[in-house]
Amino acid sequence: MNSLIIAALLLVLLGLAYQTGWARGGALATATGTKVHSRPQYHASYVAVWTLVPALIVLLLWAVFGGGITLNFIREQIPADVLAGLDANGLNALVARIHALASGYGVVGEIQPYEAAAGNALRSFQFITFLGVVAAAAVAGLGAMLYARSRITARHRARNAVERVIGFVLFACSAIAILTTAGIVASLLTEAIKFFTFINPLDFFFGTVWAPNNAATGGDYGKYGLLPLLMGTLMITVIAMCVAVPVGLMAAIYLSQYAPRQLRAVAKPIIEILAGIPTIVFGFFALVTVGPFLRDIGAAVGLNINATSALTAGVVMGIMIIPFVSSLSDDILNQVPRTLRDGAYGLGATQSETIRSVLLPAALPGIVGAFLLAVSRAVGETMIVVLAAGNSPVLRGSIFEPVATITVSIVNQLTGDTDFAGPQSLVGFALGLTLFVITLGLNIFALYIVRRFREQYE
Amino acid sequence: MDTLTGNTRVTQSPDVTSTPVELSKRTTRLTARDVTVHYGSKQALHGISIDIPDRAVTSFIGPSGCGKSTFLRCINRMNDTIEGAKVGGTIKLDGEDIYDPSLDVVELRARIGMVFQKPNPFPKSIYDNVAYGPRIHGLARSRAEMDEIVHSSLRKAGLWQEVKDRLAEPGTGLSGGQQQRLCIARAIAVSPEVILMDEPCSALDPIATAIIEELIDELRENYTIVIVTHSMQQAARVSQKTAFFHLGNLVEEGNTSDIFTNPRNKQTQDYITGRIG
Ligand SMILES: Nc1ncnc2c1ncn2[C@@H]1O[C@H](COP(=O)(O)OP(=O)(O)OP(=O)(O)O)[C@@H](O)[C@H]1O
Ligand SMILES: [Mg+2]
Repeated sequence: MNSLIIAALLLVLLGLAYQTGWARGGALATATGTKVHSRPQYHASYVAVWTLVPALIVLLLWAVFGGGITLNFIREQIPADVLAGLDANGLNALVARIHALASGYGVVGEIQPYEAAAGNALRSFQFITFLGVVAAAAVAGLGAMLYARSRITARHRARNAVERVIGFVLFACSAIAILTTAGIVASLLTEAIKFFTFINPLDFFFGTVWAPNNAATGGDYGKYGLLPLLMGTLMITVIAMCVAVPVGLMAAIYLSQYAPRQLRAVAKPIIEILAGIPTIVFGFFALVTVGPFLRDIGAAVGLNINATSALTAGVVMGIMIIPFVSSLSDDILNQVPRTLRDGAYGLGATQSETIRSVLLPAALPGIVGAFLLAVSRAVGETMIVVLAAGNSPVLRGSIFEPVATITVSIVNQLTGDTDFAGPQSLVGFALGLTLFVITLGLNIFALYIVRRFREQYE
Repeated sequence: MDTLTGNTRVTQSPDVTSTPVELSKRTTRLTARDVTVHYGSKQALHGISIDIPDRAVTSFIGPSGCGKSTFLRCINRMNDTIEGAKVGGTIKLDGEDIYDPSLDVVELRARIGMVFQKPNPFPKSIYDNVAYGPRIHGLARSRAEMDEIVHSSLRKAGLWQEVKDRLAEPGTGLSGGQQQRLCIARAIAVSPEVILMDEPCSALDPIATAIIEELIDELRENYTIVIVTHSMQQAARVSQKTAFFHLGNLVEEGNTSDIFTNPRNKQTQDYITGRIG
């Protein structure tokens, strides 16, 4: 109800201000006969901004300080002897009861007379302050509107002012994106630092045993060595890239250079559907089809391959990434100017010679970028690994054995009962931070490569 | 020009003299008969028939969109790379049909080189740009031989003095005029017999244009050259034979001096005097 009234107030202010600015700007144009700097809609936007910002500031101030003021008011309604006998929790409970009474929800237990009185007082207080705030916002908005209106003259640069406001809004939006990133990193960092008060960082980063003692209360926390998880992540990522890069790149080359138009029109969307399959479905596929298949193949050639292994997860993850690599590479190959290809054909190069010696080098920066994007995705992938890698956090060199990855271990540590007080759950943040640093490093490396090649080739 | 003398490795006919031979006495290198081109359902060329003489410059002139580039691309079958393009009629190089199914296109393009309207050096070093063709065709047996081909091609293209100290730098870092000469060097490095040039000077300033015209004049002694140009003066200056295209038809062809002084066709006259186009 209240928010509806506020929204209505803002809308009315907006319409009024826009209309005022428009009328004033339009009247100037016809009345003075001189050349008006800005067109009416800019004057209108100018007045609208001037009106809305003060009104919003008033509302914002109430949103920030209103809670404290209300709380003070409630405390004053509680008899001094009752207040003296309450601790912090008791006070909170009482305040909640009074709020409930004021809004008419009702409370459990007997209602003390002073509670009822306080509830009534609070109700009228809330009503009056709400009216006051709305009135203040309206007055601030209208005052600012009149001021802005008085500033409109023929030479007034409303257009430039509106441009500055737009610039600021855009800046604010990008600031939100950046601040969110910073906030996430900061929370990862603080929690990870808490973890390192329990576990020595050296034991974490260079430890070869992963055996958290999840049931322990105090004393023995278990061992938190990162290396088995890192090894599992790297193994699966490398296998996935070994599958995705050659297949994806060659599919892209075929589709963009060799395939007849009709085939391309059908094949491209089909490949992109692959990218739309949920990763959990790839997980089933790995568990039910690929794992047993690889095990049988291994048995046939005398290799002992586990059905859930780094190989299974890596192969399926590679299949999942193929559409990424191929559709990004395809776009990049199509962007290489036709004239370059013609130059090679004109010298008597065959199609594959042209692709190898002219097309791929020219497209290389983009393609490397695509690969590294795919790697970042593989490193962070979770569902396939949960189902298909066997979840065995033991440091082993064989890709035929089960492994565990960083992502899976985060899931294991953070699901179920967690209180974020012991290293059992805090380790999730340390692992998350490690993952973040790895992907960040990959992205920086990708940027570096792309820039180096761009300089060389442009 | 001293940079153009000294090397005769790619010379086709050592008996050539610098005194221009009468056009009528030259042998015919290329013959086109009834060449048509369709782009999809749209016909771009309507039965072009022309003879292109050996060791002379033939220029194609005509208003924009009349099919000059299209016909030029027919000669080394670059239209094959355009989706939906269909070529009809016959084109013979030394009496051999170049659209014969048994003919190797890749080899044909090595014999008929092409310089494009826009300079298109590969994103490689200057040296590798010129060495590209010789490498894929295996023209050099040793590093020294390759050096020799690269250096002499750059000399012939009049670029040697400017780039001899920076052969390892990327070709894309050169100026537009230098890039165009690099592309010419790249084309002649494979010792083609015919060189096709599609508006090679359209992106160049008058000085670079003069250098390239001079170069064409020198190259004419050893190569058969076909050039597309929008500049009447250029056609008159560098070519011995001129062909005027209009709306996909070959309107008139003949000795350059005849076309420019005494055109038989009204359309030709209007075009070269600037009334259409
Ligand atoms: N790849 C293509 N696909 C479809 N139509 C084309 C293609 N290339 C050229 N054409 C058409 O064929 C006709 C002849 O084009 P062409 O490029 O040969 O003209 P041009 O004489 O070289 O013109 P300009 O002097 O502007 O270079 C034009 O009408 C053009 O629109
Ligand atoms: Mg053209």
